[in-house]
Amino acid sequence: MANLAKLSLSEEEELMYTDQLGAILDHARDIMSLDTDDLLPTAHPLELKNVFRPDVETASLSREEVLSQAPASEDGRFLVPRILGEAP
Amino acid sequence: MADNSIPSDGVEGFLPGWEMVVGLEVHCELKTKTKLFCGCANSFGQEPNTNICPVCLGLPGSLPVINEQAVELAIRIGLSLNCTVDKSIFHRKNYFYPDMPKDYQVSQYEKAINENGILELPLSKKTVRIERAHIEEDTGKSVHVGGDGGRIHGADHSLVDYNRAGIPLVEIVSAPDLRSAEEAREYVTELRSILVASAASDGKMEEGSLRVDANVSVRRQGSEEFGTRCEIKNLNSLRSLTRAIGYEARRQVALIEAGERVVQQTRHWNEDQGITSAMRSKEEAYDYRYFPEPDLVPLEPSTEWISEIRTHIGLLPAARRERLTALFSDVSSGPVYDQIVTAVGLGLDDLVVGAAENGADPRLALARATNEVASDIGNLPRLTIEKFSDLIKLESQSKLSATQAKTVLGKMLESGADAAGVAKSLGFEALDSTVIEDLVDQVIGSSPKEWERFSSGEDQLAGFFVGQVMKLSKGKADGKIVTSLLRSKRS
Repeated sequence: MANLAKLSLSEEEELMYTDQLGAILDHARDIMSLDTDDLLPTAHPLELKNVFRPDVETASLSREEVLSQAPASEDGRFLVPRILGEAP
Repeated sequence: MADNSIPSDGVEGFLPGWEMVVGLEVHCELKTKTKLFCGCANSFGQEPNTNICPVCLGLPGSLPVINEQAVELAIRIGLSLNCTVDKSIFHRKNYFYPDMPKDYQVSQYEKAINENGILELPLSKKTVRIERAHIEEDTGKSVHVGGDGGRIHGADHSLVDYNRAGIPLVEIVSAPDLRSAEEAREYVTELRSILVASAASDGKMEEGSLRVDANVSVRRQGSEEFGTRCEIKNLNSLRSLTRAIGYEARRQVALIEAGERVVQQTRHWNEDQGITSAMRSKEEAYDYRYFPEPDLVPLEPSTEWISEIRTHIGLLPAARRERLTALFSDVSSGPVYDQIVTAVGLGLDDLVVGAAENGADPRLALARATNEVASDIGNLPRLTIEKFSDLIKLESQSKLSATQAKTVLGKMLESGADAAGVAKSLGFEALDSTVIEDLVDQVIGSSPKEWERFSSGEDQLAGFFVGQVMKLSKGKADGKIVTSLLRSKRS
């Protein structure tokens, strides 16, 4: 799990989170024991659907302002450390 | 086995005893004014990072709201591909790569808006099943700096432009129903025509509006089981598509015949070297940790809305082909049918139909459109239906010879001028038939022996006389008129 999330955890932390995640999984198991055969899956907690925005352009941010927030930039682009894997 | 030991040319008929199995994922950028979840402009070729806002940058506290027009265009695609359009939800696809500032891409995973469609291929007359056509957002674009030729491996660092992040896409996933690189090409060509006809996309492969991933596997002829597949990413031209599929199928056959195994993986196509190479071992689906996007509510298009959207879809390629076919008697295959498929594929059918409506000969119009106009398709906007009709009429009335008509059409496409004007400026004014008759008489007078032989039935000498008249007229005389004059003078 820590590997997937690219987190480096100490052994102590690993134990602590394993406990906590275990408790969450136990809770999920409790819920799974309920009979939900007659219920449709819930995609969203609110009873909303089809919330749309019209296709109308709004102002974008200033590039200078945005790039000034980034750790590094070059040629109007965000500079990121070398990437080892390929894009998905 | 080294990859470069496999020849990369040719795409067809090179696998005796083997069958290739291909399924395609086509990513199509939708022609909206704005992005999928925010009001930033959806436009190509802007200065880097000028169309970005808190939503497409994934800044804390920003919330996505879906673009209604993007949903409509996605539904148009689904209806055009005979899909079932139904309610759908969005998921987050999580990964670590800087092309999405949020570190996830919003996509439809469990339930796509369009499912279970079909696409009919016009030439091979084959039905390809469409598994789904779902909505997702495009990612940003990276440039890799340093290292070898901009490739990711060995780069010092990368630069990212997020203008493309959040552009609405529909990903159209076919079943593994294609059996050759040619069928794959035909599928993408037909799909492109459908996307353009339904006005969902501009279909410009050269600008990245259409990008194709190809899943390729091979199996022995007659086998029912699928082989292990490899996915070739990001093919952005028809030429790359056919070459990459051909190469990949051949590579897999070579591996199996050498007693090795095909490893399931994602591969990259190198256009210059004409080979595919491994990108990374294929990640299992759970690595992306898909979960429902809590910031977006479900889509549930009403039947009324879907019916209304159906009326917004223009004439689709199949109907366009029928419209052209109706101009001729009995063409369901053969060279004229092939030209009809080409004309529709290139968007030249309005020109031909319009010319026919203006009284021009449809067969000649179809031929000129699919040859001369097709070879300079970039200048098509300069050619009006009226000007094109006039040219076809000049040719069929023999006021221009075939060669002259082709030259005039070429100039018309370059300059946008009208047929008569171009013909005049090139000195292609048709010779009056009395002038031609004078020339014919002149030639007969100067070649009495040949004339005697022609008169006594040596028909092959007609060519000699036509040639002489052409020479005198500097190519302006119409061969057909000369021949008929010669025949009438003989009797």
